Amino acid sequence: MNEGIAADVKVIVFLLKDEEYGVEVEQVRSIERLEHVTRVPSTPDFVEGVINLRGVVTPIIDLRKRFGIEEAPHSESTRVIIVTVNQMDVGLVVDSANDVIDIARDAVEPPPEVVGGLEAEYIRGVAKLEKRLLILLNLEKVLNPNELQELQEIEGTV
Amino acid sequence: MENSQYLDMFIDESNEHLQAVNDNLLELEKNPQDLTIVNEVFRSAHTLKGMAATMGFEDLANLTHQMENVLDGIRNEAIAATDAVMDVVFAAVDHMEEIVQNIADGGEGEKDVAAVVNQLARIEKGESLQPEQTDGAAEAEYGDKDETEGAEFDEFERTVLVQSQEQGYDAYHVSVDLNSDVILKAARVYMVFEVLEQIAEVIKSSPSVEKLENEEFEFSFQVTVLTKETEQEIENRICKVSEVEKVAVKKLDVAAIVAAHDAEDGTSLSEEAAEAETAASVAEPETAQLESSGERDEKAAPSGNKTIRVNIERLDSLMNLFEELVIDRGRLEQISNDLNSAELTETVEHMSRISGDLQSIILNMRMVPVEQVFNRFPRMVRGLAKELDKKIQLEIIGAETELDRTVIDEIGDPLVHLLRNSIDHGLESPIERINAGKPEEGLITLKAYHSGNHVFIEVADDGGGIDREKVLAKALKSGAVTEENSRSMTDKQVYELLFSSGLSTAEEISDISGRGVGLDVVKNKIESLGGHASVDSVPGQGTTFSIQLPLTLSIISVMLVEVQKEIYAVPLSSIIETAIIKKDEIMSAHNQKVIDFRGSIVPLIDLTEFFAVPKELAEDDYCSIVIVRKGEKMAALVVNSFIGQQEIVLKSLGNYLTDVFAISGATILGNGRVALIIDCNALIKS
Repeated sequence: MNEGIAADVKVIVFLLKDEEYGVEVEQVRSIERLEHVTRVPSTPDFVEGVINLRGVVTPIIDLRKRFGIEEAPHSESTRVIIVTVNQMDVGLVVDSANDVIDIARDAVEPPPEVVGGLEAEYIRGVAKLEKRLLILLNLEKVLNPNELQELQEIEGTV
Repeated sequence: MENSQYLDMFIDESNEHLQAVNDNLLELEKNPQDLTIVNEVFRSAHTLKGMAATMGFEDLANLTHQMENVLDGIRNEAIAATDAVMDVVFAAVDHMEEIVQNIADGGEGEKDVAAVVNQLARIEKGESLQPEQTDGAAEAEYGDKDETEGAEFDEFERTVLVQSQEQGYDAYHVSVDLNSDVILKAARVYMVFEVLEQIAEVIKSSPSVEKLENEEFEFSFQVTVLTKETEQEIENRICKVSEVEKVAVKKLDVAAIVAAHDAEDGTSLSEEAAEAETAASVAEPETAQLESSGERDEKAAPSGNKTIRVNIERLDSLMNLFEELVIDRGRLEQISNDLNSAELTETVEHMSRISGDLQSIILNMRMVPVEQVFNRFPRMVRGLAKELDKKIQLEIIGAETELDRTVIDEIGDPLVHLLRNSIDHGLESPIERINAGKPEEGLITLKAYHSGNHVFIEVADDGGGIDREKVLAKALKSGAVTEENSRSMTDKQVYELLFSSGLSTAEEISDISGRGVGLDVVKNKIESLGGHASVDSVPGQGTTFSIQLPLTLSIISVMLVEVQKEIYAVPLSSIIETAIIKKDEIMSAHNQKVIDFRGSIVPLIDLTEFFAVPKELAEDDYCSIVIVRKGEKMAALVVNSFIGQQEIVLKSLGNYLTDVFAISGATILGNGRVALIIDCNALIKS
């Protein structure tokens, strides 16, 4: 966070339960409405399935489940944020996504030990914006395929 | 490789030495008597040999060694540095360059250098190179004389000759002989022409350019060029094209040609004119030889325009866009049905037909016949047969079988390995064959065919088959199997050991194969393409290597089935049949549900349970089953209903979800939804 060259980061803000999260706009390819999802068997619980994203089969994961936040039924405002991380295209199911904001780099603080039950390694930092608190996600960690593999193996043995 | 830290250094130095060798050889050609140059070349070659041997690049070391012997001969004035000798030495250097390039590209530095080594050895022994040349080349040489002296130029060409001479260009008759084992003749011809066109204008070629491009010639061809360069320069430049065996450049006496023609011209003028006309319009064999350079370009142009190289990624994105279109088409069809407007329905139907055609074109664009790969094999087999003193007939079946472009590009090397293996190890020597009561000529069959969504390529020989004991002994020695295991192994299992690394059963290591690398490389390569390699053998009757390749992105035929409310696709290639059975026909054995299917006991897999599909349908007394197989083994998949057969486009699940158990990919259905494709191979334990 101490690059200091670019003063601002542009982030897409989305909502999970009642907390606001942010992912850098460079990682986001598009925001989609949640349409028909095909469940993929023998995958971890948080893998919602795959969708047809303009001809490309794209896996989507439920961020609520990924972070162990209580489940909620999908609603009109539910969105899928398609992100590209390490050449992987993955959709993140969030409660809503409707804001793009600029935040100053110096407004970002390193993650505290625990934020809303979320493990610190998934968090890049926390940005304080007047009265709002924005949790910036570390998508490389959230979408770590090795972890997925491990989880798959655990599931397989159960 | 443990030497890898030295590899970069090796490549750099090798290139330097090769450059030095090249430069000095060219120098030597100009001053054949200057033995100090030979010494220079010798030193470079010697260093190169030492380095290559240290680094374990045997082919390179071997080749350099043989070249060194020849150079030594020249140095001691035992061998004269004649053109023929120099040509072979140049060819050797070209091979070395290729090897080094291969190493630099991360290759093993392996190359079949036997032919050149052989020639070098002949030179060393003082044998004449003449017998090496094929009859064709010799014949062509005689024919060539006729042509140079005979007035084989039409009026236009003669005018060009005269005019250009006035402008200070000299006409040369260039005769080029290619190596008798050249693989891509047309490519070499093209390279020669390219070289020539840099320095000269080609006004005539014999055979015609068209024939040259279609490889309708033996190993030599002649061209007439106009240039200001010297004979030597032309020769040197052409010699740089690899696999050119011999170049002869002869200056033409334009005045003599014109005079000779004028003498006989008086009577046949009108005939000539008519002939020239036909030459321009119809490419008849005889008249086509009289081509001006202008015509040549015209003739060469169509074949250049026939194909265009397109990045496969572009085709992929075209395909993706097209699928979008298909999905929208489905929706449009739905809408037009609902609206019930005749006009709209008609338009939509027309669009459906067009997009259907479009789909087949797009899919076909990625498919190419395996012929592309197979084409080069007859030459190779012939070369190997000569080298090994075996008589071999190569039979190619199914060259028209089409495969995805990406796969085609990759299977060349594995197939070369397999063919070499069959020729070297599979086929016995002619004497052994006669003793075994077989025809002297061995038969290698290369066969390609489609089966389901796979392409099979088989390389079969009618040789002695695989010696089980020999393979086992080797495998025990290399630790690939243990003593106890070896006894219980079936023949097939033993044969499969050939694919493990470090196993070569050839008694003697030959240049062709038998270094113990090869078959394991073949297997790895094929598996990395999503295919499968196997081997079978009948002692005394031959061995068959078989590789199975997927058609990758091409369409596959599937049976769509419903499991509760989810739709899955089962590749048709795995399905034996579908059936509906009564619940009480299901039996239990060892806690595993089985059914009796046409006399054999088939395990039952309930996909609802297996894929943990949420139960939404009420159970009834009957269940629908799909019998699938993997090799000899079968399984019955319990589904809720069959939807039908469909052609689908195979898609991957993306980089995030890799290796999902029992799912080989996904596809997008007409309604835009994703359906998963079941990997039957994973469902059946082998």
